[in-house]
Amino acid sequence: MSPTISAEELRLRYRNTTAVDGLTLTLDGPGIYGLIGRNGSGKTSLMSVLAGFRRASGGRARVNGQPVFENPRILPEICLIRGGADTVEHELRNRVSDALKLAADLRPNWDADYADELVSKFGIDRTKRVVQLSTGQRSALASILGLASRAPVTLLDETYLGMDAPARYAFYDELLRDSMAHPRMLIVSSHLVDEVSPILERVVMIDQGRLLLHEDAETLRARGATVSGPADTVADFVSGRTVLNERRLGRSASAVVYGELAEADRAHARESGLELEPVPLQDLFVHLTKGENR
Amino acid sequence: MFDEHSPIYRQIADAIRADVLSGALREDEQIMSTNQYAAHYRINPATAAKAFQDLVDEGVLYKRRGLGMFVHPRAREKLRDQHRARFFSDVVDPMVTEARAIGVSLDDVIARVAELRDGGEHR
Repeated sequence: MSPTISAEELRLRYRNTTAVDGLTLTLDGPGIYGLIGRNGSGKTSLMSVLAGFRRASGGRARVNGQPVFENPRILPEICLIRGGADTVEHELRNRVSDALKLAADLRPNWDADYADELVSKFGIDRTKRVVQLSTGQRSALASILGLASRAPVTLLDETYLGMDAPARYAFYDELLRDSMAHPRMLIVSSHLVDEVSPILERVVMIDQGRLLLHEDAETLRARGATVSGPADTVADFVSGRTVLNERRLGRSASAVVYGELAEADRAHARESGLELEPVPLQDLFVHLTKGENR
Repeated sequence: MFDEHSPIYRQIADAIRADVLSGALREDEQIMSTNQYAAHYRINPATAAKAFQDLVDEGVLYKRRGLGMFVHPRAREKLRDQHRARFFSDVVDPMVTEARAIGVSLDDVIARVAELRDGGEHR
């Protein structure tokens, strides 16, 4: 069955800070979801509450309509893996083989053959203790525990930390391949937006504990455009639109506009000698979340 | 128009169009699945599916339920017509503009075209 996750007016407060601030969101159906936000935006807190690792300070977190926290019927369906790695399987004194065995006991959908395949692929020595692995290898192991869990809801919280570029791309390839072979809900948090965005089906962007947007990735890409050309023409075109960024170079200018452009607008832009280009999600992310620098 | 989509999305659609135009993909030939495209280009299958859908709307591909995507019997003809219609505005006019900007005389350009037409030696 395809899972549904929902957060309703969700709040998570630590002593003096509000990490999740009245966030409402519903994720429905299989696919790769990207949870995108700046450092300290609340990604990890949100994932912890959705996975039942933490009790919400307010509001509700549900999976398939059921409350998550301390719910033994729902928790086996959810697998949260954190970058920096402090899950049960990840007990530092454990050997890699122990961690895999523990995961096999904990996870009802665990695929041991797939886990073995990945362990070889990422070149991890299963006789080593977790503490002896390099940071990158520990992250690879964490990603393996997440992928091979085949949990209907899998949350991977920056599990790429410390992985070098080849290992990260191998991870993205696996994520994509396995999500096609075994469709399920995979939620990946990241701030390496450039790298991860091509494989995302949907994007959830949060900022300061609040939901900024939740959108189909292709729709989101269609929503931003870089308009460039003679400065006056650009200024005319963008007036009345949401402008996220503007640059000027001599007599030419370029502006990033946000919002649906009708086909007529596009035709009009081209006829006036303007160039329209898509805006990478990374740039949208930067412009939408810049505000004050934290 | 594909300027509203990701570069990869455009690449896929362009690659398929180019293969149809060149004859590398023949009429009624099946093309790779969205999952194969997704794995190859390292993109979400939904992105590949949207590129396919646009090509279906354009009449370059058609869908056979349960089987996959195939090249439309008239796709090549259609694409050739389209490209022909845009040839002067997309290729010739910019060439003339460029020639003027850098001071190449149009007579030389015409002479060169005539030379190529007559199968003249490529220097």
